[in-house]
Amino acid sequence: MKVLVGIKRVVDHNVRVRAKADGSGADIASAKMSINPFDEHAVEEAVRLKEAGIATEVVVVTVGAANAQDVLRHALALGADRAILVETTEHLQSLATAKVLREISKREAPQLILIGKQAIDDDAAEVGQMLAALLNIGQGTFASKLTIADGKVSVTREIDGGQETLELNLPAVITADLRLNDPRYIKLPNLMLAKKKPLETIALTDLDVNTTSKVATINVAEPPARAAGKMLNGVEELIEILRTQAKV
Amino acid sequence: MSILLIAEFDQNTLKPATRSAITAASQIGGDIDVLVVGQHVSSIAQQAAKITGVKRVLVADDAVYAKPLAENFAPLVQNLAAKYSHVIAAASSFGKNLLPRVAALLDVDMVSEVTKIIDPSTYVRPLYAGNLNSTVKTDEAIKLLTIRPTGFAAAQEGTHSATVESIATTGDKSLSRFVNEQIQTSERPELATASIIVTGGRSLGSAEKFDALISPLATKLNAAIGATRAAVDAGFAPNEWQVGQTGTVVAPDIYIAIGVSGAAQHIAGMKESRLIIAINQDPDAQIFQWSDYGLVADLFDALPKISTAL
Repeated sequence: MKVLVGIKRVVDHNVRVRAKADGSGADIASAKMSINPFDEHAVEEAVRLKEAGIATEVVVVTVGAANAQDVLRHALALGADRAILVETTEHLQSLATAKVLREISKREAPQLILIGKQAIDDDAAEVGQMLAALLNIGQGTFASKLTIADGKVSVTREIDGGQETLELNLPAVITADLRLNDPRYIKLPNLMLAKKKPLETIALTDLDVNTTSKVATINVAEPPARAAGKMLNGVEELIEILRTQAKV
Repeated sequence: MSILLIAEFDQNTLKPATRSAITAASQIGGDIDVLVVGQHVSSIAQQAAKITGVKRVLVADDAVYAKPLAENFAPLVQNLAAKYSHVIAAASSFGKNLLPRVAALLDVDMVSEVTKIIDPSTYVRPLYAGNLNSTVKTDEAIKLLTIRPTGFAAAQEGTHSATVESIATTGDKSLSRFVNEQIQTSERPELATASIIVTGGRSLGSAEKFDALISPLATKLNAAIGATRAAVDAGFAPNEWQVGQTGTVVAPDIYIAIGVSGAAQHIAGMKESRLIIAINQDPDAQIFQWSDYGLVADLFDALPKISTAL
């Protein structure tokens, strides 16, 4: 069974992102970049499926500029077999990204597609569901557990107030939540090995995908800061505030 | 303009998040039709029909919709969408699962987690865990939005009653099947809509201490209990209690953070709270930057005193 994993290069989660002075977007020109954390869980799950003898090949794909090769190499070091970069300097909206991934899915014909539940830059959480719709296959979003048996995937999903388990026909799209697994620490030899694994580059313009979007960003700004708070001198002051505010 | 609003409910009650989405729809303007999809949902439809601003309630009542499988719900919404300028759902796990699938079926881009309506095609949504706000404009003929409930008050019942109409179902796509669910039940208010929340962080040290310190205060205040991701990962609290970028986004009247350091992804989930109170041993904890009232104290000394005094 072939597994395709979609990943994205994003600003590292430890970086405090600020707005550009002209409000045209986030100021990320010099920010440290990393693989989107949710996508790392997706890669880890695919590699575990291979180690368990369920997956035969793990292919990672990203859509981005040439420098997105670094996150593909990271995924290869985690244990993916080969990588595909769909190269573009355009910023794609979710639907266009899903359409690109549909084209790659047609070429690769995976039985399972894994992707992070959301990217921590735009926090949209849309691409996985859109891809499943475009391919007319099932979707298991916000997944915390998956089991594959008899041509189906059983997926446990994090939902409001608890969790639910669904059974999906394969192929299917699964979007990874943080509790799906703990991604491994990459050992140096695997980092070296990753450099020798195949990485194919496809120009976005070579794919038959309409990437125009009717959703445009008008302005990006930092939210107003909260007014400075008051430090209290003791438990008694806090109790008094709770009595007044919470009326207990 | 006309708006199709997808309702969400549990057992016999329309969810507060749906009422918030109705308020957002009212701000856009135009007729609001509420779509209720499920099995044995006539009482839900009646609840929706009484809410101010709702013109019609469309009901798809069928065994195939007993559980909200996106594969079966999305074609139903897709079929209805052409008659509307907007299709809206709450940005809950239900809405976030369903609406992107509908968007792709309609070949449109959508706008997720809307926190503010500027005009019928312009909205504000957060980026980078709420560190930035983005104003976006959509020129799609059908505008699909998920609404973050904390940004909008819950719509209430009025004196009128909207018409209720049954609509044809679109059947089972046979791509997915519901197996089971585990839903946490609690005597306490629901986290997403509680007016007071008491949240514990990792510095509580263990599941036992988390419970011993947080529960009595939450009980006294009739509050929901929240937890940071660190506390959840450490096994102190169930994942359903997680507040933050990857957990529940909350905006209660009073948010009390106990031993919470104030990681950015946590702040993203609670900074819209009206009043934020923090207690922490560490005077340099980030959480104090976001607090209206802060107290530096030993948690294990201060919390029992507070709980006893109230």
